Amino acid sequence: MSAEERSHLLPRRIGVVAESVSGETRVAATPSTVRMLLGLGYEVVVEPGAGEASGFADQAYADAGAGIGEAWDADVVLKVNAPSDAEIRRLRRGATLVALLSPAQKPELLQALADAGITALALDAVPRISRAQSMDVLSSMANIAGYRAVIEAAHVFGRFFTGQVTAAGKVPPAKVLVAGAGVAGLAAIGAASSLGAIVRATDPRPEVADQVKSLGGEYLAVDVVQETSTDGYAKATSADYDRAAAELYHEQAKDVDIVITTALIPGRPAPRLLTAEDVAVMKPGSVIVDMAAVQGGNVEGTVAGRAVVTDNGVTIIGYTDLASRLPAQASQLFGTNLVNLVKLLTPGKDGQLVIDFDDVVQRAVTVVREGDVTWPPPPVSVSAAPAAPPKAAAAAPPEPKRTRLTPAGRLALIGLGMLAMFLLVAFAPAQLAENFTVFALAVVIGYYVIGKVHHALHTPLMSVTNAISGIVVIGALLQIGHESTLVTTLSVVAILLTSINIFGGFAVTRRMLSMFSKG
Amino acid sequence: MTSLTASHAADLVAALLFILSLAGLSQHHTSRAGVVYGIAGMVLALVATVVVAAQSISAGAVTLIVLAMALGAAIGLWRARRVEMTQMPELIAVLHSFVGLAAVLVGWNSYLEVEAHGADQTRIGDDLLGIHHAEVFIGIFIGAVTFTGSIVAFLKLSARIKSRPLMLPGKNALNIGALAAFVALTVWFTISPNLPLMIAVTVLALALGWHLVASIGGGDMPVVVSMLNSYSGWAAAAAGFLLDNNLLIVTGALVGSSGAYLSYIMCKAMNRSFFSVIAGGFGIEAPSGGDEEQGEHREVRAAEAAEMLAQARSVIITPGYGMAVAQAQHPVAELTRRLRERGVEVRFGVHPVAGRLPGHMNVLLAEAKVPYDIVLEMDEINDDFADTSVVLVIGANDTVNPAATEDPASPIAGMPVLRVWEAEQVIVFKRSMASGYAGVQNPLFFRENSSMLFGDAKQSVEDILSALGTGGRGDTDPSARQATVASH
Repeated sequence: MSAEERSHLLPRRIGVVAESVSGETRVAATPSTVRMLLGLGYEVVVEPGAGEASGFADQAYADAGAGIGEAWDADVVLKVNAPSDAEIRRLRRGATLVALLSPAQKPELLQALADAGITALALDAVPRISRAQSMDVLSSMANIAGYRAVIEAAHVFGRFFTGQVTAAGKVPPAKVLVAGAGVAGLAAIGAASSLGAIVRATDPRPEVADQVKSLGGEYLAVDVVQETSTDGYAKATSADYDRAAAELYHEQAKDVDIVITTALIPGRPAPRLLTAEDVAVMKPGSVIVDMAAVQGGNVEGTVAGRAVVTDNGVTIIGYTDLASRLPAQASQLFGTNLVNLVKLLTPGKDGQLVIDFDDVVQRAVTVVREGDVTWPPPPVSVSAAPAAPPKAAAAAPPEPKRTRLTPAGRLALIGLGMLAMFLLVAFAPAQLAENFTVFALAVVIGYYVIGKVHHALHTPLMSVTNAISGIVVIGALLQIGHESTLVTTLSVVAILLTSINIFGGFAVTRRMLSMFSKG
Repeated sequence: MTSLTASHAADLVAALLFILSLAGLSQHHTSRAGVVYGIAGMVLALVATVVVAAQSISAGAVTLIVLAMALGAAIGLWRARRVEMTQMPELIAVLHSFVGLAAVLVGWNSYLEVEAHGADQTRIGDDLLGIHHAEVFIGIFIGAVTFTGSIVAFLKLSARIKSRPLMLPGKNALNIGALAAFVALTVWFTISPNLPLMIAVTVLALALGWHLVASIGGGDMPVVVSMLNSYSGWAAAAAGFLLDNNLLIVTGALVGSSGAYLSYIMCKAMNRSFFSVIAGGFGIEAPSGGDEEQGEHREVRAAEAAEMLAQARSVIITPGYGMAVAQAQHPVAELTRRLRERGVEVRFGVHPVAGRLPGHMNVLLAEAKVPYDIVLEMDEINDDFADTSVVLVIGANDTVNPAATEDPASPIAGMPVLRVWEAEQVIVFKRSMASGYAGVQNPLFFRENSSMLFGDAKQSVEDILSALGTGGRGDTDPSARQATVASH
């Protein structure tokens, strides 16, 4: 109890530790995200050298307000990759660990963390709902990886991406095929098309066609509908789809210079998109970047973590650390995702980490809580996701339809109005009839005169009509001095008020109009 | 040519000048000439009337006229010179109330001149007497409604009373009851004119005017002000009928119908029927489920916003009443100038009901020297949001609410809004997460491409300006700008 009370008094300490996996260049916090963590009320300690591979010196962290020193015994430890067994032993019992933990693939890791009495939050378990998007590390890393895949391909590819006509001859643009238009695929499409290449993309979901187009790519639909209709099958079977897709890839392989494959299915081996035959028909010098290499690859012949050259001169790149090859950017986005998660867990902004199991996001990321494995989370029920309350729409009374007049009805209405006018004037005494004629015509003129008023002049128009309606002063002028003192007094008051109106209205209109100037 | 025919001729010329004046005011390049026509018409009308009147009244009365006019002119010119552009709505409302009150006084005078004398009066022929009774009542009624309505509008606009709508039980019944009572009183008065009835109708109309505007909330003020503008015109026209003066009738009708047309434009912009505005009964539907959180919003700081602006191709600023409240128009104009110097295309998108007065935002921006040709109306700019890098929403809320187009259950469903969310980035300047005037939560704040910049709008814009200024004031050298951006 006393320990808990103490922790309520002191802000918790966040430790940012160095990564031990070889080839890992990222770090879980940058100097700028450290500042944000401090803003949430935490103390921050950074392990010496943690940011070195990302280009952030210890001094930069110190300047941002972090302490430099032993970070493993902090209350909350931020990390990129899952900890090794040795690292788990360095964590304090009761501490909170935030990292990429792949909970579905590594049950033994969760058990080890539970045994060590750790609360573990898996960044790769953030649910895919819009509220949690600011914490979705997988998306932000996929974005970077997609960009880097194009850069790696360009590095190996022996030609320009963009087409040029030079004095030394014409250069055709490179043709790039991106398989899968997810986050990584879209990033690759954008990067390749901004380098000037002709970009095509495939994806089983036809609804991504617009996104592909918006980034400068051309969407290639896998044409299964025609086939099924000739067979008379109601639904496309996946075998049909796969056959059509295989044909498409084979055709494309003959034509394109660069292929980037991004097809990943969580927890399952990557689907095979390009066979050895497809690779064999590609032109020498072509490049394939297989972003699914870690799951076995989309391309036959991919070696995870390496670039290999086939017999016909096609380079197949199977790097699994594409995001880490852009360390500063990756650390910045990773760190910001982490800050957003910590912000969610620090409702009081007082340096106290609170995990609310009623919150879908917090429940999903918490894979081990105080020694108990809490993975997998209960399925996210759709109603708990923040969405427009559908009941309200149903309960609302149907909007009464504005009844539009039929042409005949409108004609009848106008006719009735005209008749009323006619009768009014016909039966009125001569003086009223004349007044009424003038009135009716003036109303119509007023309507047409104002009809085309520029929106910017509404206020000056209003103040000038204000001044003009001061014309009611004429009434008082005609009444003054003709009757009792009372009438004269009232008239003087009316003249005074309307004079304010006339002079004030015109003056303020002039002042306003003089301010309008053309740029 | 007698002085009387000359006066009639002057009336006609003055009426034509007023028409030219209103016509001129509808375009920028003719607007200044329009004011000159208006002044000429007014001078002509006043001189003609005073000259004719001076022939039949004492020198003392003429002196009184001159004194009253001089005093009125002094006050009017003084207020016109001193008024802040953010206070224009209040000034306009007060001026409306003067017209209303003057119409009431003219009505009472007419009663004192004619009806108070009973059967002895000689001014009005017997055949016209009944009509005159009715005209007195109608004139006083419209004038008094305009008077108290404008006073309430003034008090609300100047925050001297709460701008929350007053909700009396059975308010519509009260309004209709008051109208019915007015008709009954008018009939009674035409049969037997007497003083208690005069007092009764005046009090009734004053109360009705008060209640009409009191039950309308602050956000609907653009409609209210243009509606009162229209009422003040009808009040002048009614005085014209009363006095058999064609100039008054013409002018009143011009003002009345132009004000009504402006109200119609405002109503269309809020997707509300004209009738519900005149009846003073809108803005009271209970917000349906608007208060619940709709997700996470993201915050940006001024420095980050400045960076986004510096890298933008095109920027659209959508101002609202909050900009006027924070007096942020001058820093906003400076920001516009600075960004344009850097080669960023900056434009303004103004919703027709932004602010508290039709055209309020335009006047504020003009005051701050924003060129009017980059200030565009909703319909002119709505299709351009999709190609815009950054939208700054400054003090606007309901006019940029996507729920209006996307959520049929929303209280503001169907209202045309600025589609700011189609831009790449939206920065919303706001003091807190509180919902807007209509009490409707704004899903815009939770969009992926929106971020919130909390704080006083003026302070926030100034912070952005100083963050932009780190590369040197008016710095147009692209390499230096690159360096500024890279150092972040």
